[in-house]
This record gives sequence, C-alpha cells and structure tokens, in this order.
Amino acid sequence: MEYRASSLLLVSASFTATAVEFVAIWALFQRFGNLRGWTLPEVALFYGLVSCSFSAAQLTCSGFDDFSRMVREGLFDRLLLRPRSAAFQVACGEFPLIRTGRLVQGLAILLWSLWALHMRWTAGRIALLILIEMGGACIFAGLFIIQATMSFWTVETLEIMNTVTYGGTEVAQYPMTIFRPGFRLFFTFVIPLACVNVIPAGLLFGRAHAGVGTSPWCAAAPLAGPLFLLIALRLWRLGVRHYASTGS
Amino acid sequence: MNPYVSLFAARFRALLQYRLAAVAGFGTQLFWGFLRVMIFTAFYRSTTKPPPISLPDMVSYLWLTQAFFALSLNYVDPDVRAMMRNGTVAYEMVRPLDLYSVWLSTALAARIAPTVLRAVPMLLVAWLLLGLRLPPGAGCALATAAGIACAFLLTAALSVVVTASLFHTVSGEGLARFMPVVVYIFSGILVPLPLLPGWMQSILDVLPFRGIADIPYRLYLGTVPASDVPLLLAHQLAWTIALVLLGKLMLRRSTRRLVVQGG
Repeated sequence: MEYRASSLLLVSASFTATAVEFVAIWALFQRFGNLRGWTLPEVALFYGLVSCSFSAAQLTCSGFDDFSRMVREGLFDRLLLRPRSAAFQVACGEFPLIRTGRLVQGLAILLWSLWALHMRWTAGRIALLILIEMGGACIFAGLFIIQATMSFWTVETLEIMNTVTYGGTEVAQYPMTIFRPGFRLFFTFVIPLACVNVIPAGLLFGRAHAGVGTSPWCAAAPLAGPLFLLIALRLWRLGVRHYASTGS
Repeated sequence: MNPYVSLFAARFRALLQYRLAAVAGFGTQLFWGFLRVMIFTAFYRSTTKPPPISLPDMVSYLWLTQAFFALSLNYVDPDVRAMMRNGTVAYEMVRPLDLYSVWLSTALAARIAPTVLRAVPMLLVAWLLLGLRLPPGAGCALATAAGIACAFLLTAALSVVVTASLFHTVSGEGLARFMPVVVYIFSGILVPLPLLPGWMQSILDVLPFRGIADIPYRLYLGTVPASDVPLLLAHQLAWTIALVLLGKLMLRRSTRRLVVQGG
C-alpha cells in the first residue's frame, strides 16, 4: 500500500485499457444510431460474449500464450519428463491475475446488454448462452494452442497470429454479417468464430435479422468450438513428436 | 558531432535492425486496417444523415492511423525503465550530458525509425490498392509534413514526461499505463475526433493529444481552411514547449532528491 495513488491508477488503467474498444462502439452508436439494423445492446451482447470467452481461454491457457519463451529457454524438456500430459502442464503453468480485468469488464457489458435487451429467460436460451460461451472459449483455447505449436518450428512466435487471436475478438465483437463475404467465410470455415456469433444469434434474440436465420439447427453451431479445439490438440501432439530441444 | 545528434543516429540505426519484425507488423497492420475500414463503412451505410467526415475521407484517415501507428504510441523506453529499476540511471546522471536532452533524442529516434519503416510501405500500398487519397494540393502536403514533424516532437515530449514520472513511483508505473489509453482515445486514433459526441469537442480542442493524430491527418485530408493551418501547428508547438518545460522541471526536481536503488 506504499504507492496507493499509483496502484489505484494501475487498476483503473487495466480496466480502461480493455474497455477502450467498447468506448469506440459506444461513440459510433452515439453518432450513427444503429449498425445496419443492429442496436447497441445487441452489439454489446456480442462484445460481452466474446470478451468473456476470450479471457476464459486466456486465463486457462496462459502457458500457451508465452510458450515460445519456454521452448527457447529449454524449459519444455522438463515437462516432457513428468508423468502428465504436456498440454495439461503447459496450460496450468501460471494464473495471470492481472488479466482478470478483461473478464470483469466483459461480464459487466454482458450483464448490461442482457438487462437492456429485456431478454425473456427460457431454459433453452440460458443453455444456448452457455453453449456459445463455451464454444467461444474452446476456439480461443485452440488458437493459443496452435500459436504455441507453431513455435516448435519457428521458435519465434509469429506476430501474425495476433490477427486471429486479438483480431478474432475484434471481429466477433460485431455481428459478422457486416463484413465482406471472403472475410466472413474465413471466420466461418477456417476459424469458426461465426458459429458463436451471428449463426446462433437469431435464436438468442428471437428475431430475424438480415442474413441471420432462426432455424433450430443454428443452436448446434457452437459445437464447432470443441471440434476446433480437438483439431488444435491433434496438431499440438504432432508438434510435440517433432520437437527437438534447443539444448540450451 | 553534437552528442545528442549522434545518440539519435545510433538509436535510429539500432532500431532499423528489426526488419523482420517490421514485415510481420506490416501484415498485422494491414489486417487491422481492413477490419476498421469494414466496420466504419458499415456504420456509414446505416445512416442517412451526412456525418462530419465523408466516407472516402474516413477511409483515408483510417489508413493514415495505420501508417503512422508507431508515431502515436506512448510508451516508456524499455532500456530507461530497466535503468530506473536497477539503479544504473545514476550513471546516466554523472555523464557530462543533459539527461533531459538524452531522453528526448532517444524518444524521438524510437518513434521516427519504426514510423519510417512502416509508414512508407503502408502509405504506398494503401494509396495503390486500398483507397487512400493523396493530399489535395502541394500546400496541403507541405502542411502535413510540418504537422507530422510537430507530432513527433509532441509525442516524444509527452513520453519523456511519462518517463520522468517513473522517478516518483518505483513500482507504480500508473501514469505510464494510463497514458497510452488516454492518447489512444483523445488523439483521434480510436475514433476520429469529429465523430465523438458534440459536447466533448471543446475539451478535445484544447487538450494536447489531438496534435498527435487528429491535426496532422486533417491537414492531410485538406478539410481545414488554409487560414487555420498556422493555428493548428501553433497548437502542437505550444503544447510541445509546455511539455518540454514540464519534463525538465520534473527531472530537475526528482534528480535533486533522488534515492538510487540497489547496491
């Protein structure tokens, strides 16, 4: 408590740093009123959902985020000797407390949007919300694992991967129907973020938007998340088999 | 050679070494640019009221923010931060150089080198393929060059103030963490300032931050009347001078009662 003013600043700074994207959304809605027919609370729901699932993945998979350092320094060899799966050990590496700021911020916006939408709560909707959240977390966990897997080959983590991890959250903050077709296809079939975004959204809001269906089959879309995670883990195992220590 | 100039040159050359990082950064920046153009275009197509900036100007503005991203970053030089932590900053003070000028010249170099690396290819690609318009006249181009130069000075002066604040809070880095967010919002990088709510405009006009992005980019677009150009440049310079004086004052005060850490 020696540096009270400073630590207060620090806490509020980490909160504002993650909320800054929402400031942009808020300001643009003040100016333009709507986003191709979507309202601010609806976009806030997308924002809250993706923020929560991203930080859930970040909190549980932080070891993968920092994995290139582990490979460079040869620390990974130690894990391989222990009688537990390497992926499990890396994931449990450390718990970055400072990153909980993002989770708090995402939850706050999620709750606000649910309140502002006057959502009618049915068991189906609650289940769908949880399914979307889990599916999103699986996708981001998968992305972190793929990023770590790449460091088996390049040792340097490619900055490019940030475009699909941090960039992915930015993309999924908005209803994806606003993006160009090629972009949308990429984020549907390569990285299935649309499956936890606009595809099940029609069911959640209970009203049809342009380009958003309300077929009950859409409720199954978030399952693409666990599937993506399984594929990522498969790649990871391939990487571990390929791994040769840096020897330092 | 002037010692500060040679310090600047050495730092500049060191930073030019990271060419591979620049290539990766370029791809990332292109992606973010694309994304932002799509988002803003979608908002523009949602309304019939004409916004204060036209869509083509908006697209140009967004690519300018991508091109000059490294200019507007506010951060403390990692080397200086490490020196403060382990106490070697004391050696810096014994040197027969003015500490403030040393920090200002390294801060300038740390912004100019990556900007040159990233801005030139980004401006070229954005102009050829992505809808970046050229400044509408030679006068505009000249004003932009002046505005960018002032923006460099302003952002360097601001970051030295933030660095000097670290003398007061060893563990804190409060201001150092807070400032990037403030700059991001109030300089017009996040959302162009004219799009922010009307009641904020008079505050935004006075604050120093618009000199980092808003002023040079609007000079580029040529949307300000020619008579306002000297006024805008004076705004940047006045704040630069104020921040330089503040930085010097903070440094003088803290060096007088500095406790060096570590043995």
